[in-house]
Amino acid sequence: MIDFLNALVLFSNFVLIPGIAYGSQLALGALGITLVYGILRFGNFAHGDTMAFGTMTVVLITWYLQSIGVGFGPLPTALLALPFGIALTALFLILSDKLVYKHYREVKAPPIRMVMASVGVMFVMNGVVRFIIGPNDQNFMDGERFILKARAFKNATGLNEGLAIKSSQLLTVVIAIILVSALFWFLNRTRTGKSMRAFSDNEDLALLSGISPQRVVLVTWILVGALATVAGVLYGLDKSFKPFTYFQLLLPMFAAAIVGGVGHPVGAIVGGFVIAFSEVTITYAYKKFLTYLLPSDYAPDGLTQLLSTDYKFAVSFIILVVVLLVKPTGLLRGKVI
Amino acid sequence: MSNSLRALLGFGTFAILLYLVGEYQSWNVALAILNLCIISGVMALGVNIQWGYAGLFNVGIMGFAALGGVAAVLVSQPVITSAWQAGGSGILISGVMLLVVIGLAFLVAKRFQAGWFRTLAMIVVILGGYFAIRQVYDPAVFAIEADNPAKSGYLGGLGLPIILSWIVGGLFAAGVAWIIGKISLGLRSDYLAIATLGISEILIAMMKNEDWLTRGVKNVTGLARPVPYELELQENPRFIEWVEWFNSAQLAGFTGEAKATALRNLVVEGSSIFVKLCYAGLFLSVLIIVLMLCVMALASPWGRMVRAIRDNEVSAAAMGKNITRRHLQIFILGSAVVGIAGAMLTTLDGQFTPSTYQPLRYTFLIWVMVIVGGSGNNLGSVLGAFLIWFIWIEAEPAGNWLMQYVTQWMEEGSDLKRHLLDSAQHMRLFIMGVVMLTVMRFSPGGILPERTNTTVAKA
Repeated sequence: MIDFLNALVLFSNFVLIPGIAYGSQLALGALGITLVYGILRFGNFAHGDTMAFGTMTVVLITWYLQSIGVGFGPLPTALLALPFGIALTALFLILSDKLVYKHYREVKAPPIRMVMASVGVMFVMNGVVRFIIGPNDQNFMDGERFILKARAFKNATGLNEGLAIKSSQLLTVVIAIILVSALFWFLNRTRTGKSMRAFSDNEDLALLSGISPQRVVLVTWILVGALATVAGVLYGLDKSFKPFTYFQLLLPMFAAAIVGGVGHPVGAIVGGFVIAFSEVTITYAYKKFLTYLLPSDYAPDGLTQLLSTDYKFAVSFIILVVVLLVKPTGLLRGKVI
Repeated sequence: MSNSLRALLGFGTFAILLYLVGEYQSWNVALAILNLCIISGVMALGVNIQWGYAGLFNVGIMGFAALGGVAAVLVSQPVITSAWQAGGSGILISGVMLLVVIGLAFLVAKRFQAGWFRTLAMIVVILGGYFAIRQVYDPAVFAIEADNPAKSGYLGGLGLPIILSWIVGGLFAAGVAWIIGKISLGLRSDYLAIATLGISEILIAMMKNEDWLTRGVKNVTGLARPVPYELELQENPRFIEWVEWFNSAQLAGFTGEAKATALRNLVVEGSSIFVKLCYAGLFLSVLIIVLMLCVMALASPWGRMVRAIRDNEVSAAAMGKNITRRHLQIFILGSAVVGIAGAMLTTLDGQFTPSTYQPLRYTFLIWVMVIVGGSGNNLGSVLGAFLIWFIWIEAEPAGNWLMQYVTQWMEEGSDLKRHLLDSAQHMRLFIMGVVMLTVMRFSPGGILPERTNTTVAKA
């Protein structure tokens, strides 16, 4: 019995809790991608670098706040900087829309041209981020690091295995829930949100019923900026901020959006968790876990790891491929052209 | 301005720029730039086949180029017998097992009706196969990597001339392109982009981690060369004679000891220039062959069909053209050309270093070349490759100089000044992005726009 509990705690500590946190971060990122897909109708390759840009602004403001001695008690100072970061990122996105995407929308360019343009924007954003903050790792987490420390858990329960919950993990989940509920409330209950959904379903009909496309586009970019910044900051608090890592998040986020069903907000969240849990469960080494559960004669010799962590991108890619082969519309029916 | 005049002006400008570098920096630098320009030109041609002919957006150029690099290692490195004895049979057996599992999976997919039973059978086949393969594969890999890890620790290659790897690299890239194309063509146009982005990341991850194949991050250095070595040339009396004859005017001013030293320096410099010229000749012949094939293909009935599909898929489909098949064909051809260029690049470097493959350098820079040069125009992509690579290389000293100039009024040692000077190198990403966006927006045809039939008729 005690072995079973130990195995359970071990599994929660290394798979369940990190998986939930990572899944929430991916879900927020995939929501941003899916919004652009649904309303602006192209795959936004600049999304990873938008996250990096948003996180960079938050990091810089956090450093400024820290330097003048402003803190947020046990919570990370970055949360105070978040609204400013969102505003700056949204501004940057709206500017990029005015300078780049607007033209292609007006000439009704095929979606792949918009994708290419987004690659150009990605280049620019990447350059800006590297120019301002550099390509290296930045740590901007402060405040209380742990909610539950492994040692405290061990002492309290008397188990061999400790359970640690980082405050960044809890924050991720709480903020993700708040943000997603607010987003769904906005999309389903407010007039602007409804007009956005109408625009996504049928552009011509929406225009005919007097919905202003400029307004829809503007609000979409603000939402995308908010989602990207929050996702980036949460990921950065949980791990660390490095521009190139954010570029690499593009693949799992796209996979999440497509697996869930392109243009489908609930799908993006489902997809985010599917990708995150597959990644964590497949790259986790089960040796210790199985040693607890199996009779000692059957305990495995090797790491019993399905794939080494170096291949975590392969996991999201394989899931993406399987979904494209078996159900190209995604788990929840999305748009496939 | 007609296209031929533009082409003449463009290549003329490039020649003058190269000449200036040769005169004022050094001819070694100029030739190094030229060699990479030519390789980039081949790569850009491959991308242009995909984008210009068919509108396929390949974001995994890096992966296909790296496959060419793997081919260079596998073809040219000597066979390492001890490693083959240690684990070669295990690797071969697991390869056969992999084929069997894939065959079984296809059989299950074909034979059974869709439903829970097929899904279950599929999962059993794939998972069972995976674990069975790991049983054979893991010990074999361990044995190979334990075999003299400091020097080899991998299976080696076939010990054939490295030039052959250019073809093999193309075949490797074509094979991967076939798989990716089969999966993602015929769906949303941007799914191909995402799939290629994914496969290129995975290919690089494999090259970094599968030490038994290419030594991973330990790199394979000292690849065989298709051209002579500098040191051999410097010992070669005929080469020395030749350098003496070529520089006789310059050497006439010296006598005795001074003349010998001057000649020695000239021989050292000349040997390195000679080697680079040999490479340039090889690469240029590949570029010209690929370019000619591209131009001929585009002018043929096949080329007209391809452009018809690109310009209006619906009406081309109504004329009975199989669009997905043509797209697959074009995607494979373009990737193969990129693979050839990748093998050439590794040949030039003389080493295979997986960690140098960066998407911004190998994927997106090539895209800028194609867009700026003129998508759909073969000569245009080559010109774009030449100019953009030149700018990419020379932008770094220029950017540093500009930053020195901008920051000169700041006080010495200030943090901002140091930061600006350190970050100057990142400006070129920004500049490339702006160049790409500007050209796409204001001159979508690029420097050399695609010639359509109507303009040909007018001329």
